[in-house]
Amino acid sequence: MERILEQAPRFFSSKNLWLLLEAAGMTLGMTVVGCLIGFALAFVLVFLRQTPDLWALPLRVVCIIYVEVFRRIPFIVVVYLVLFFIQAVNPNASLFTIAVIAICLYAVAFTADIIRGGIESVPITQTEAAAAMNLSRLQSMLWIVLPQAWPVIVPPAIAFAVAFIKDTALVSQVGVFELTFRGKELNNQGYSGILVFGSIAMCYFILSFPLSLLGQHLEKRLGTPRGQRRKSKIRLS
Amino acid sequence: MAHLAVSDVRAKYGSLEVLKGISFSIEKGEIAALVGPSGSGKSTVLRALMGLTPITEGSVEIASERMNYSSAKEVRAARDRMAIVFQAYNLFQNMTVMQNLTLAPLKIKKWPKAEVEAEARRLLGLVGLSDKADAYSDQLSGGQQQRVALARGLALKPQILLLDEVTSALDPELVGEVLDAIGKLAAEGMTMVIVSHEMGFVREVADKVVFMDAGQIVESGAPAEIFDAPKTDRARDFFSKVLRH
Amino acid sequence: MNYRFQFGVVWDNFHELLEGAWLTFQLGVFAFAGGALIGLFCAAVKTYAPRPFRFIVDAYVVFITNTPALIQIYFLYFGLPEVGLRWSNEACLLIGLTLNAGAYLTLILRAGFISARITEIEAGQTLGMSLLQQVRYIIVPHIAKAVYPALANFFIVVLVMGTSVGALIGVDELTGQAINLSSVNYRWLEYFTVVAGMYVVLTFIASIGLALLGQWAFRVKARIF
Repeated sequence: MERILEQAPRFFSSKNLWLLLEAAGMTLGMTVVGCLIGFALAFVLVFLRQTPDLWALPLRVVCIIYVEVFRRIPFIVVVYLVLFFIQAVNPNASLFTIAVIAICLYAVAFTADIIRGGIESVPITQTEAAAAMNLSRLQSMLWIVLPQAWPVIVPPAIAFAVAFIKDTALVSQVGVFELTFRGKELNNQGYSGILVFGSIAMCYFILSFPLSLLGQHLEKRLGTPRGQRRKSKIRLS
Repeated sequence: MAHLAVSDVRAKYGSLEVLKGISFSIEKGEIAALVGPSGSGKSTVLRALMGLTPITEGSVEIASERMNYSSAKEVRAARDRMAIVFQAYNLFQNMTVMQNLTLAPLKIKKWPKAEVEAEARRLLGLVGLSDKADAYSDQLSGGQQQRVALARGLALKPQILLLDEVTSALDPELVGEVLDAIGKLAAEGMTMVIVSHEMGFVREVADKVVFMDAGQIVESGAPAEIFDAPKTDRARDFFSKVLRH
Repeated sequence: MNYRFQFGVVWDNFHELLEGAWLTFQLGVFAFAGGALIGLFCAAVKTYAPRPFRFIVDAYVVFITNTPALIQIYFLYFGLPEVGLRWSNEACLLIGLTLNAGAYLTLILRAGFISARITEIEAGQTLGMSLLQQVRYIIVPHIAKAVYPALANFFIVVLVMGTSVGALIGVDELTGQAINLSSVNYRWLEYFTVVAGMYVVLTFIASIGLALLGQWAFRVKARIF
């Protein structure tokens, strides 16, 4: 305890705070970039998977296996596989890129099911009405299905991304300068583990907690039917 | 030459044959009504015409072009010539009434915006919903939604309009309005194929009645012939039940 | 890419990976079981206890679920020796994972508690059941049925995501063994490919076991795929 009090002024120096802020930016940045790319890829994957044509059949099998397998492999194992695979292909790839690829691969597997659930929540009759007007499958998806599927997709997708902020702590192992990595560094410099990891935990908390509240808020708001939503807005103004 | 000619069309759901060789034809400006018990395949005929239920055999001639829906191009051509109004309206929930009406004319047919919007307003007036252009479908009653769906079908300027039990969800006092609108269309020369359980309506508007049962056409002819002097026991039995009230 | 895969060396050391898998499985089971006890207690507190106690549980759940398990374990491993609590890395991992799982299981079980409908409990009271009997015959079976799929799913999360964190503080579970072995002969890709496959097999065995258990004990269908 005395040690913590003695170290605290030095630990909370502007240099260290700046370092932690930068590291928090890194943590948030790779989560956001990885999840966004993963989300986009998952959408493409689901779209292709639902293609009725025969050529898409092997693709469907691949998609199912991909989703099923990735949910059963620890993130840290995926990180190591991506690290060494990418380094074998391109030794100059940055660690940030490697982390983003690993996050992205993982996010695809987890969000694909969320997106599929959202799309399947839109009645098939909507798609039929669109098809009868000669909308292509893509047009029908973009103009009719997705706008109606968002309320089902967005809350769990945000919940996944927010939860994943914490899981990205594992990429510290391969040397990305994010929060956990900086925490270990500071600990190695002789700062108290309680002080360092308590502070790092607070950093994650500050990132994660407001976003998870936002997710819950969106879930409630998007859950209300459109008519009622507009009415409640009017009442507020 | 017939405006619409359906020749020996067959369709399957899985291993169950739901259309077992359907053939009928109508001239330009005529209205054909498909009637028969539930599950007889009436709605499936309309779905097959729109390429929503694939046909296994047979062909359809629409405005002197013969097609069997074997390629995406043919399906597109059929959908370009016809429009369908569904029993459950199927309005796009994420769009306003106006957007529902103008989506396909603007984005698919690529007609000029001013023209499309003016036509959409005219059609909303026709179905008595001029003041609902900016409403969403969850703010409309079932009857209002169905009239929007009718206007949406008309906005595509189809050569043939398919109506799948469009009045079955309407309030009694609204049925008249919709029937008037359909009557006006008939007078304008709109060719239509309608599926309906309302025999009074069919007798009033149809030029030809096609009685179906178990995926087959049992008999067809002018409304008076079919309703008043059915030739088959099956039709006699059916009409004696539905015409009683 | 001209990387040549050489799996021979992995098979030579396969028994060590199997030992790692066994430790992974044990850690998963114990952390989950401990977490379930904590979760049950906290969910009960949240449902039935007065406000200050509910607040403590809320603080615990919110703090744990919004910080990484890895940081919680680092805190135990690198921080607690400063106040005289020096535990082995395996103990730190197990305690950390148990506390972590406890918070998530509080949420899962709490949802089950809420779903145990008041009317059923009232029916129990009119039948003259004691509180203990109500718990035994009405509440527990109802909750078990409602939360079993979520519990089974969370067990897989603990087994995969949870235990693998141990590799970062040198616990020789499956991922840890892969790191140890591959840093000797640098066949990283081979080791981690095989280990990934072992995780898939391990979790499939667990999923099938849980589905059978659920059917036998609570007559619920848990998803394997």
